[in-house]
Amino acid sequence: MPSLSRPLSLGRRLRNLCFMGLCALAAILVLAPLGAIFGYLVYKGTGSINWAFLTHTPRPVGEAGGGMANAIVGSMIVLGIGSMIGVPLGIGSGIYMAEFGGSRYVNVVRFTADVLNGVPSIVVGIAVYALVVLPQQHFSALSGGVALGIMMIPTIARTTEEMLLMVPNTIREAALGLGIPQWRATLQVTLRTASKGVITGAMLAFARVAGETAPLLFTAFGNQFWSLKPDQPIAALPIQIFAYAISPFDEWHRQAWAGALILIVLIVVAVAAVRVVTSRGNMVNNA
Amino acid sequence: MSIGPDSELRPLLSFHLPAAAAEHKAAAPATVAAPRIELRSSKINKYLDLGFRYSLLLCSLSVIAVMGLFFYELTSRSKLSIARFGFGFFVGDTWDPVAGDFGALPFIYGTLVSSLLALLLAVPLAVGVAVYVTELCPRVFRGVIAFTVELLAAIPSVIYGLWGIFVLVPLLHNVVQPWLSRCLGWTGMFAGPAYGIGMLAAGIILAIMIIPIIASITREVLVAVPQSQREAVLALGATRWEMVRMAVLRNARAGIMGGIILGLGRAIGETMAVTMLIGNRPEIAKSLFAPGYTMASVIANEFSEATDDLYLSALVEIGLVLLIVTVVVNACARLLVWSVTHGYSARNNA
Repeated sequence: MPSLSRPLSLGRRLRNLCFMGLCALAAILVLAPLGAIFGYLVYKGTGSINWAFLTHTPRPVGEAGGGMANAIVGSMIVLGIGSMIGVPLGIGSGIYMAEFGGSRYVNVVRFTADVLNGVPSIVVGIAVYALVVLPQQHFSALSGGVALGIMMIPTIARTTEEMLLMVPNTIREAALGLGIPQWRATLQVTLRTASKGVITGAMLAFARVAGETAPLLFTAFGNQFWSLKPDQPIAALPIQIFAYAISPFDEWHRQAWAGALILIVLIVVAVAAVRVVTSRGNMVNNA
Repeated sequence: MSIGPDSELRPLLSFHLPAAAAEHKAAAPATVAAPRIELRSSKINKYLDLGFRYSLLLCSLSVIAVMGLFFYELTSRSKLSIARFGFGFFVGDTWDPVAGDFGALPFIYGTLVSSLLALLLAVPLAVGVAVYVTELCPRVFRGVIAFTVELLAAIPSVIYGLWGIFVLVPLLHNVVQPWLSRCLGWTGMFAGPAYGIGMLAAGIILAIMIIPIIASITREVLVAVPQSQREAVLALGATRWEMVRMAVLRNARAGIMGGIILGLGRAIGETMAVTMLIGNRPEIAKSLFAPGYTMASVIANEFSEATDDLYLSALVEIGLVLLIVTVVVNACARLLVWSVTHGYSARNNA
């Protein structure tokens, strides 16, 4: 069969090589900015972080020193309020979609969740401003938390649903077959089986909203001073970074980089901690 | 696919307990198994089950309620501006808060141009990376590259902006823009003074930000293409490129399109990084070097300063437009992606 062993034409071989090269080049071009951003962030950030940055509140312009302690704590508070709203609602609707699925209503919820996930964060900011800030008459940590919580719901709901759907039906049947009522079977058997994935999903949603700035601009608003009250404007790391980055002062630029590094570390640590905890829990269960 | 224990188990269990199950079927289909074992607590469990189900239903209703509230609030708060300007809001090109004259055309133009520029840069790179990861790269690196690309998506917008201001803008200002204006200045797209900050910088940072979205969805879709398709084309003597073109990309094009539209949705709504880089000037300029303004960034910059009702309502109307556009864009994208991945994954699972 001479036709089968005929060598490839030069044009086809060249085109093949050319294309493979371009794909590899694309990979390099995509990974380059990531390296550049992380490298520069670590380089600039580590040079600017010191103890005062972590323990002091901002100083007025022109005075050296000062830090973002209030913004770090403020971010934690706003994120805590957000998680208290977003995690239960997200997991709840995820369970409903997975366990009582099949109806048209569930398809509508799933679709709405996906679309809600794509709504710009700035629009969430305006809506929460209208919903919470206007009735309350002033900016507050609470409204910032509501904005972040709303943004967490669709992500958590969809990952919870996906993780629960991966639990084999035989496990549900075994639980129900033992006579366990459905609420217990769902919570203590199905959800527990999928808990690792559900927690990871919640953590990813947390990490995603931790860096959100736009929805906080007119809800949490930011604050130069120390404040822990949920009904008062509160400082948040992303807002502070934004304000310092667009300022004309070198000292503030330096602090913006330090803040950015803290923010990234916060996000990475949150995700990594959950990975460690969930994998350890699994090992204990296996042992 | 729905996995409902009650739907599959009901006939099985009611076989054992026809009378009790039939009685409970009407009230609470979920508690079929309960009466058989714990007769005394069956009533409590019935109510608990009902309560459980309805509280979950309430949770899931919150998703729809939030969406509804968004539309309601934004529509009612922008009434003033809608009544005042009508359709002229979208074609007016003056934005004068002092005179109370508001037209959104410069922002719509800025959003469109920056997003399209971002797509132009991001799509070839994202599809290239996805093809590289799924088809070409050694198995060892597959997970690493995919993870690293996902990591790009985890960086907050404000940090992209920060990096843009201090690294990208000087780079554009000193190196890229002089070169572009020398080579392509005659087109008019790369003319004028090179500030660094402007439409081009915004487009580039947006491209970097939407690459992970397009790449991860494209990867998902490419993986869903059945292996037999690749093998068939390879068996006919195709080169790798021909295999990718004929078997993979052609089968996956609807899903890739969905990913691209999803990326577009993100680019349209992206706020912080763009606000920090686009220059924030409400003008319509042909050159990509010129500063511009987008719908999202005008809200971010001016919302908390808007004092009179008309100004605020005009900004909310821009938000409403942004909401409607992104909802439509995301709905289209989701339908496209679903049509591809669901079809295949269902078949693979079967």
